[in-house]
Amino acid sequence: MNLAIITIYLLSILSALLTGKTTAAGNAVMEGVQEALLFAPRLCAALCLWSAVTELLERGGAADVLARLLRRPLSLLFPKGAGDGETLSALTENAGANLLGLGNAATPAGIRAAKGLVRIRAGAELNTLVVLNTASIQLLPTTAASLRASLGSVSPFDITPAVWLTSVFSLLAGLMAIRLLNGSRT
Amino acid sequence: MKALAQLLVPLLVAAAALAARMHGADIYEAMTAGARKGLLTLWSILPALLVVFPMIRLLEASGLPELLGAVLRPVFRLLGVPEETGLLMLLRPLSGSAALAAASELMQRHGPDSLIGRTAAVMLGSSETSLYVIAVYFSAAGVRDDGRALPAALCADLTCFLTAAWVCRLLWG
Repeated sequence: MNLAIITIYLLSILSALLTGKTTAAGNAVMEGVQEALLFAPRLCAALCLWSAVTELLERGGAADVLARLLRRPLSLLFPKGAGDGETLSALTENAGANLLGLGNAATPAGIRAAKGLVRIRAGAELNTLVVLNTASIQLLPTTAASLRASLGSVSPFDITPAVWLTSVFSLLAGLMAIRLLNGSRT
Repeated sequence: MKALAQLLVPLLVAAAALAARMHGADIYEAMTAGARKGLLTLWSILPALLVVFPMIRLLEASGLPELLGAVLRPVFRLLGVPEETGLLMLLRPLSGSAALAAASELMQRHGPDSLIGRTAAVMLGSSETSLYVIAVYFSAAGVRDDGRALPAALCADLTCFLTAAWVCRLLWG
């Protein structure tokens, strides 16, 4: 991130000098800050609404229901981890919270699962857990939809099927990559 | 069906409230607690918005995209990915809040219902801050990263971006 910021600023200055767009570039920085501030209250409305709904879902036990449904598919992904009851329940809790977009609940469960995998010497499955968590499969893409809603989208959630499809493909690619990398080095 | 889709938000709130009530939760208390979390989320991403928005504005105004575009456009065209999403894709694995800011900027400028806006939303919604996730999990588990998680996660991210662009073009292009 540090490198990205320095590179972008220096390249922009250089490019503004080359293209002669120095006035526009000079004003752009301040305009950007103002736009960020104007955007914040609109984003806030959508974020608060969805946080309230996910809080209700969490207290309604939706994560537990999902965790129960996920037991079997996760046992296939983590053959060693599933052998340990404690680890399996942490894994299902992590995946259930991820599906609901409950990042605050997903991380502690995921960390417990990671520790469990190490304890039972299933370190290779730790990579699978990480890939599962970086692929971000969500039932409702609340953050992306909140952004769209705050910018006046007609139906903010209509991207949901596209998000599902994309997450599934990306998860499959990640799992295949882990498989290939494991195969090449063991 | 159309009426139901239009009533999606109140329906979801009602369903979630009923489920919570059946589990004996105090609905009002839960909703205000949730709203408080929303405020905290905004508070935690606002600094990133304030840093990333001006950066993107400067980049756009400097004419660099046009200069680079001549070189990169054929590559993006070939892959079928809108070239405007280049910066978002670059920031996504590095920083969650910076990516959120970059995606918001794209949606704001091109419209949330435009092809570019939708592509940005799908890219954002179906990926995670891979570097952060990897760091958190390996340090919490107390083991050294064996060097496989990062390439696998980046491979997943790349697949995510390409699929997002293709699916959006197919559905809304």
